[in-house]
Amino acid sequence: MSESSATTSARPRRRVVNLPAHVGPTRASAYVCEAVSCLSMQSHDVLLGLGERVAAAGLTDVEVKRVGCLGLCAAGPLVQIPETGELFAHVVPDNLGGIVEALAAAVPGGERVPEAPFFSRQLRIVTENSGRIDPESLEDYVASGGYQALRTVLSTMTPAEVRDEIARSGLRGRGGAGYPTGLKWNTVAKAIGSPKYVICNADEGDPGAFMDRSVLESDPYRVLEGMAIAAYAVGASIGYVYCRAEYPLAVSRLHKAIQAAGRSNYLGASMLDTEFSFEVDIRQGAGAFVCGEETALIASLEGGRGTPRTRPPYPAVAGLWHQPTLINNVETFANVAPIIRKGGSWFAGLGTATSKGTKVFALAGRVVNTGLIEVPMGTTLREIVFDIGGGIVDGRAFKAVQTGGPSGGCIPSEFLDMGVDYESLIGVGSFMGSGGMIVMDETSCMVDVARYFMDFCREESCGKCVPCRVGTTQLFMLLERITTGEATMDDLAQMERLGHMVQRTSLCGLGQGAPNPIFSTLRYFRDEYVAHIVDRVCPAGVCSIEPAPVST
Amino acid sequence: MARLTESNVKIAREIIGRYPRPKSATIPLLHLAQEQDGYVTNEAMSHIADLVGCTAAEVLGTCTFYEMFKMEPVGKYVINICGTMSCALLGAHELMHHAEQQLGIRAGSTTPDGLITLEHAECQAACTEAPCLQVNYRYRFRVTTEGIDQLIDDLRGAKLTEEIPPHGTVARVRQHIPVNVGVGAVDPDTVSTAPAWLAVKEEAK
Repeated sequence: MSESSATTSARPRRRVVNLPAHVGPTRASAYVCEAVSCLSMQSHDVLLGLGERVAAAGLTDVEVKRVGCLGLCAAGPLVQIPETGELFAHVVPDNLGGIVEALAAAVPGGERVPEAPFFSRQLRIVTENSGRIDPESLEDYVASGGYQALRTVLSTMTPAEVRDEIARSGLRGRGGAGYPTGLKWNTVAKAIGSPKYVICNADEGDPGAFMDRSVLESDPYRVLEGMAIAAYAVGASIGYVYCRAEYPLAVSRLHKAIQAAGRSNYLGASMLDTEFSFEVDIRQGAGAFVCGEETALIASLEGGRGTPRTRPPYPAVAGLWHQPTLINNVETFANVAPIIRKGGSWFAGLGTATSKGTKVFALAGRVVNTGLIEVPMGTTLREIVFDIGGGIVDGRAFKAVQTGGPSGGCIPSEFLDMGVDYESLIGVGSFMGSGGMIVMDETSCMVDVARYFMDFCREESCGKCVPCRVGTTQLFMLLERITTGEATMDDLAQMERLGHMVQRTSLCGLGQGAPNPIFSTLRYFRDEYVAHIVDRVCPAGVCSIEPAPVST
Repeated sequence: MARLTESNVKIAREIIGRYPRPKSATIPLLHLAQEQDGYVTNEAMSHIADLVGCTAAEVLGTCTFYEMFKMEPVGKYVINICGTMSCALLGAHELMHHAEQQLGIRAGSTTPDGLITLEHAECQAACTEAPCLQVNYRYRFRVTTEGIDQLIDDLRGAKLTEEIPPHGTVARVRQHIPVNVGVGAVDPDTVSTAPAWLAVKEEAK
């Protein structure tokens, strides 16, 4: 069932898709993006309309199909003709003639339209199937090389060999902290206790990040395959996907994928006719950001309040129901199948010395091409923002890019030529996080940005530990004073002291990271804070500060 | 209204059967209760406590932790306007102000006719489509003030009933794993051996 929305839809949304069956080999295809963003702009009507037009034109060797996210969300609805590389942007259901003509003229292996930098600068591993396969079709996934890795693993590799391959790849956790995945799998495999569990963390909540939603919506089987391989490698038979309940489309596509995979023996008992059994259940969250923290997520799965606990013991040793539990992020699992298929050394050859492979980023904010991108680790911010992102909206000046969500920081223009990996981001006072990138121009006030993130942390603090519960509120109030022009320089000093205290003494990553937006903006934009406090002006003109009372 | 209906109790028992510890089913059952009544009633919480074998206070404790669970009646449609970074940069506050004006209510309250509840929300993960909102967790992207007016009109005119289910229904899918098939129900305390396939695999090498 499509869980889409449309801007104007008085009519029923669900209509049966009766796309014309094409006979014989496909000469050309039209890939219609049906990810949430394009769906909201009537891409479903485009799909149906295109099907009708193609049939009416008698193009029996043309396939019209629904695919997952093509990435360039800013230009949706998108239709691509993969045979020629032509991409149609802002397609409207009433004007499909151009696409039909292009389809009629397309020659496989013929001349290709050069790719826009938005696409050519990317390297797609996690999102390789996004925009190429029908996310609701198991056949499509299998036809594009899906489940090859699982087959190889089950028929020719021992669990230890799988873990070695992942360790060799150098893959690190894509949820943010970057813990080596191979090491984690080994810990779970060697932990004493049975049964063991595998959890896929899809409780994505970082402001600015939506790659997990997109992967689940565009290629759900890849995540299931990664989980099955992980379960095999660590000796687990049960998996849970903990997904935000705010993602109905992701949940329903994942649900369909689990059903279809189960029917075809890619999940369940005696998978692919081996002794291995693995089952997956979806758990929906209920709107608590902190549940993305692994111990909080487990507490929530166990039916309690989603509050974190102290580690150790780590979930790898004592997790769900005190059993050894492997928790990885959606994107981490999505990397597993390609690593098995192409080898750990191939993956280790991509990226930087310490960060291997690629990273999916959600590019948003004041940038021309907003959307989901995937680039090798070590790609510079300049390439991401200017080459792929197409620069700043309205030709304004770049000011900063915010990464890492509420635990991250703002990176100023002097670091534009820095390659992005886990270590380099920490070096400049930010954080990889789950991959949100919000680009800001001169119209953004850095103090206001820090205030936003602190408001978020204050709102989402679970309240279990005092430094985070009280500290984030106090920090927020201090930032409020600054943005309204009521603060003194003493308040600034107080804010820094308090920030360090919250950072050092909070229980989990939420509190420990909460002061980061303040520290990073203070590090690079201290003059803006001073301007708010001393001169009582907001240089970006965002904060409304009453002029200083004239003393008589 | 109130306790889970007979058919929902059946669903509840199936969900409980999927877990080794009944209490683990608390959150799915709270979603079920909210789907039934539009919010979670005190009676439903007591009922869930009976079903999962804990105290009503524990269910209440869990319920209050999660933003999505409402403990008082809310509108048939809950509009969540995202106010985080990307949306805020592109005018989410003006949108909220406009919605408050149009509905004649403040954020966090419900229209007198019980149709619409207006709320602030944190990031809804559609930052490229800012400003965005969700109606009963169904997206609306790049929302303008005119878009808000249209949405309110459509909701009042019951034009979106097919697209947007009443508040409480999250994804419109319900997993069906019968208890006798579900592996998850095995009590970890009663299992001490590794899965059989593991030994087979290791011996094979």
